[in-house]
Amino acid sequence: MAIEQALQIFVFVILTLMTLGGGLAVVTSRNLFHAALSLILSLAGVVGYYVLLDAGFLAIVQLLIYIGAISILILFSIMLTRGLMTPRQVQRNEQWWIAALVVFLTFVVLIVALWQMVWPIADDEALRTPNVAISQLGEALVGPYAIPFEIISVLLLVALVGAIVLARETENNQGSHAEAGSSE
Amino acid sequence: MDWIAGLLIPFVKALVLVVLLLTGFAYLSYVERKLVARFHVRYGPNRAGPFGLLQPIADGLKMLFKEEIIPRHADKLFYLMAPAIVVVPALLVWAVIPISNFSFRIFGYEITFYLTDLNIGLLYALAVAELGTYGIILGGWSSNNKYALLGALRTSSQMLSYSLPMGTALLSILAVVGSLSLVDIVNAQRGLWFIFLQPLGFLIYFITGLAETNRSPFDLPETENELVAGFVTEYGGIKFALFYMGEYISMMTTSALATTLFLGGWWGPFVDELPILGIFYFVLKMSAVVFLIIWVRASLPRVRFDQLMGFCWKFLLPLGLFNVMVTATVVALWG
Repeated sequence: MAIEQALQIFVFVILTLMTLGGGLAVVTSRNLFHAALSLILSLAGVVGYYVLLDAGFLAIVQLLIYIGAISILILFSIMLTRGLMTPRQVQRNEQWWIAALVVFLTFVVLIVALWQMVWPIADDEALRTPNVAISQLGEALVGPYAIPFEIISVLLLVALVGAIVLARETENNQGSHAEAGSSE
Repeated sequence: MDWIAGLLIPFVKALVLVVLLLTGFAYLSYVERKLVARFHVRYGPNRAGPFGLLQPIADGLKMLFKEEIIPRHADKLFYLMAPAIVVVPALLVWAVIPISNFSFRIFGYEITFYLTDLNIGLLYALAVAELGTYGIILGGWSSNNKYALLGALRTSSQMLSYSLPMGTALLSILAVVGSLSLVDIVNAQRGLWFIFLQPLGFLIYFITGLAETNRSPFDLPETENELVAGFVTEYGGIKFALFYMGEYISMMTTSALATTLFLGGWWGPFVDELPILGIFYFVLKMSAVVFLIIWVRASLPRVRFDQLMGFCWKFLLPLGLFNVMVTATVVALWG
């Protein structure tokens, strides 16, 4: 049992280094593409936490959505930007001190909140039960949590429609440019 | 002695599986060349050994002894990492694929023909298979070459788009079985294979499988008439071979998943009496799907990029959603 615990702590330390180190690299890296890859490392660390906590379903969902889909989209959009081959971005603008202030205050609030929180610790019985069945999760989503679930889907729909509207506008501009070009 | 069951047996099984898959890759490349040659009314490789059977070994040795060339402007770390990132996820998926329900006992330990029966096996397979995309994106980006970058761009959009209809095909299977475990899914097909229950689902899975493994007619990431060689432009020697290894192993993985999900896995005549036959049936069905993939390559021309995207978003996705809706209604009413 002692070996198992030591191993768990060892894995936890490695995952923490991955998550925090990746996060740090995201904001310090001057190469945008490297920053995005560091973000993926950080997200992979979170997958590891879920596996360590026996939350297999959450781990796979994190892998599928954040690493498999969202990060690829981020890389995709970075690859479409200019000057990708020699990417040396300026790291701050004139508003850096406002951002620093907000970050510091958020940090203080988080620390205070986390300090005062009494964390419920699951008893051994709950820890020993196997993963919650996915069907239970599904039933909860269409049962007691149906309204929040629907609100989220409406939110996503709004975002989707918004994105299409934005994209259409530029498409029309390009279209009119192209027409103007052809008429000249 | 818990560590034997917990550590040693999975390790040995994984090792056997990896060796088999790598050998499978070598001979799959031979089989593909031979088959495509037959479709073209040619002979195909026939110089190395009887019937050219030693051709994969000759190819492998040649690739291995090539000089290693790394472009000066390449991002070296990711340039070297990319081929491995393509191969590893394709191998990892095999951890959950049940080859047979046959099991035997050796020194009191039960040996089954799958590494693990995850209760979320199907999601695992989907998530891990998707990671292979990173190898191609990183390879294309780190080469620092515009053709390679365009290849990588195409891949990322293609794989992201086609994983949606693939998800709908898998969703309809889930609605029927009610479990994400691949062993449960195969067991549910004991009487009737899902290809008969979900013909539309199989069609969608097969088409998206072709696109996800970058096989013809969806091999746009490496269109040689537009992009030199796409994401592999700057790669040579064994690193080039690794990209191919990734593609062929993904091809086997897709076929194995198609077998598990739609073709009844290990089920076939006399499997109840003689469970060991299941291994044979599994390999047979998988080979049939692989053959189909190669046949498609020899028959269909490559599609254009806008056709590829239009087909996915305007045809496959609505079709997949329709299939899920019909399946869900039927299951809800009579399931």
